Amino acid sequence: MKLTNILAGAFTATAMTSLALSAQATTTIQWWHAMGGANGERVNKIAADFNKTQSEYKVVPTNKGNYTETMTAAVAAFRAHKQPDIVQVFEVGTATMMAAKGAVYPVYKLMKDEGEPFDINAYLPAVVSYYETTDGQLLSMPFNSSTPVLWYNKDAFKKAGITKVPSTWDEMKTASEKLVASGMKCGFSFGWQSWVMVENYDAWHNLPTGTKQNGFAGLDTKFTFNNDAVKNRLQKIYDWSKKGLFKYGGRRGDSLSMFTNGECGMWMNSSAYYGSIKAQAKFAFGQSMLPLDTAVAKKPQNSIIGGATLWVLKGQPKSHYKGVALFLKYLSSPKVQAWWHQETGYVPITTAAYNLSKTQGFYDKNPGTDTAIHELSLNQPTPNSRGLRFGNFVQIRDIINEEMENIWAGKKTAAQAMDDAAARGDKLLRKFERANK
Amino acid sequence: MLKQVHFNRSILPFLLVAPQIAITLVFFFWPASQALYQSFLVEDAFGLSTEFVWFDNFKELLSDPQYLGSFQRTAEFSILVAVIAMFAALVLAAMADRIVKGAMTYRTLLIWPYAIAPVIAGALWVFMFDPTLGIFVYALNALGIDWNYKVSGSQAMTLVILAAAWKQIAYNFLFFVAAMQSIPKSLIEAAAIDGAGPMRRFRSIILPLISPTSFFLLVVNVVYAFFDTFGIIDSMTQGGPANSTQILVYKVYYDGFVGLDLGSSAAQSVILMAIVIGLTVVQFRYIERKVDY
Repeated sequence: MKLTNILAGAFTATAMTSLALSAQATTTIQWWHAMGGANGERVNKIAADFNKTQSEYKVVPTNKGNYTETMTAAVAAFRAHKQPDIVQVFEVGTATMMAAKGAVYPVYKLMKDEGEPFDINAYLPAVVSYYETTDGQLLSMPFNSSTPVLWYNKDAFKKAGITKVPSTWDEMKTASEKLVASGMKCGFSFGWQSWVMVENYDAWHNLPTGTKQNGFAGLDTKFTFNNDAVKNRLQKIYDWSKKGLFKYGGRRGDSLSMFTNGECGMWMNSSAYYGSIKAQAKFAFGQSMLPLDTAVAKKPQNSIIGGATLWVLKGQPKSHYKGVALFLKYLSSPKVQAWWHQETGYVPITTAAYNLSKTQGFYDKNPGTDTAIHELSLNQPTPNSRGLRFGNFVQIRDIINEEMENIWAGKKTAAQAMDDAAARGDKLLRKFERANK
Repeated sequence: MLKQVHFNRSILPFLLVAPQIAITLVFFFWPASQALYQSFLVEDAFGLSTEFVWFDNFKELLSDPQYLGSFQRTAEFSILVAVIAMFAALVLAAMADRIVKGAMTYRTLLIWPYAIAPVIAGALWVFMFDPTLGIFVYALNALGIDWNYKVSGSQAMTLVILAAAWKQIAYNFLFFVAAMQSIPKSLIEAAAIDGAGPMRRFRSIILPLISPTSFFLLVVNVVYAFFDTFGIIDSMTQGGPANSTQILVYKVYYDGFVGLDLGSSAAQSVILMAIVIGLTVVQFRYIERKVDY
């Protein structure tokens, strides 16, 4: 009895030593991300699955809070020389990351240095174009991308006698009037308003949001989103709000509850709310393409994405980067992407993943879930609809939010608010230009 | 003079204060000097390109209508929070002071909110006043008030002021009760015999005698409203809508940690530091003098 105990002890000790040795041999790759809740668990699953495919590298995902907190944490860590290998940064942080040439390791260069085959044409153009240099080199790996869509309450539509889902702003008005007449508190609302109602509105109608190809061609860019089309549209929406056709419900996704508890019949926001709406709404709902201003454009161009990408940071031992390259490759494989897309409502980043979802019958079973991809790939992106690259854009977006809130509160006309937003934004652009000479 | 003779010159006193001085150096002087240095720089987020710009960050701030607006908002916010929190606490303390039965229970209950973290306090008020879900909003709507603090700046301001004041009432209450209990009972009894009613006794005896405490609380409350309300604002409005609840301390956080504009954020914190120093000087000059009556 005693002998077996000793033997068992000795065996365990040996096993532990060998385990420790093998643990030393694996290279740990730190991945900081901003995905909480269910999506956080999905991120853990992706890392765990990758770790199972090989034994040399171990990817360790860590949640660092929301997007802003994650980016701030990475910046602070970089300044203290304790940066992670990979960090997830939201799309508005792109210009800041890009300008930090000494801090980021562009993905195309990483793949080349590590000798991993990498074909940019395998990716959806509207997704990668946001993160490319002007000559088409990919800087960061798209991870979770979405685009705004029009969510609508099918039951409320039926009750109000609306037979066709609005595809123009004129139809938005009539549909909202019918919804309010049928007893709803408001016709429609939206969230992430700068992204949906300014940035995407411009792209959708092929209008520039700023000069220099929306900032892609240089830091000396200026805002042009204070165009007549945007002003007219926002002014009309404010006028409608007096009749209850529109109701403002706060920034980001704060107005989601207004849609899911049946207050508003329509809601414009990210396609990635699919999971939340499915969990909360007690009615049949659908998603459709964003409405078009027929006076501004004859047909829609394409929408632009939101979401985040993975940036590789410099300053790690050379041995890490092979593992990072392998992981990014694994991440964009059709199987992983199709799974991620179907679980979360984010768009797949490669054509192969989209096709795989199609052959798996996902879109037949869940009609409407390909709306986002349709919007993004409607046309070849133009300089107006490729994406945005403005420095200090995190703050500028909040300025746009503030000025839009001034419209909804009736403090400023839409024209005044948009001119003020552009002027205040330009100041921050100049500041960014100065800090990143 | 006399005191010095009693001690031989030794390093002992220096050793005894050394830990305190070390802490002050590491946790105050060092970061403060860093902030001062940073406020003269324009720098990108990663610290890869740095330019020394002297007072440009300050000049820019002082010519920015948003920043000056934030100053004005902070003043309004602080004064209202301090006045509401102190007035409510004073009334409650005066009542609690007169209670004979179950005084301990009342006091304990009134002190509870002080133990609540600012973020939790903010979350509580957000739930109660959420335009879609809030329970109080039903009542407000029934009264014909169109409540939506996500659109209306003045409603948002009212809400954060109420939440911030509510949280501070307990602290003020504690001090007021203590001050009232330290007033000799004989004074109040004498006034009562002379025919002064409760209101008159409160106005002519209690209020003047607790004035040092009131002044102390005024300073503490203003400082609280200036600096400790960050959590409440962050959890309730994030400074919105349209910046209407963005007070100075929130703007420091926002520009530095969200906007990654470290130079401007540092300049703002230097300005804030000057304000604290000013308030502390006021506190010492007036309170130290009045505290022994």
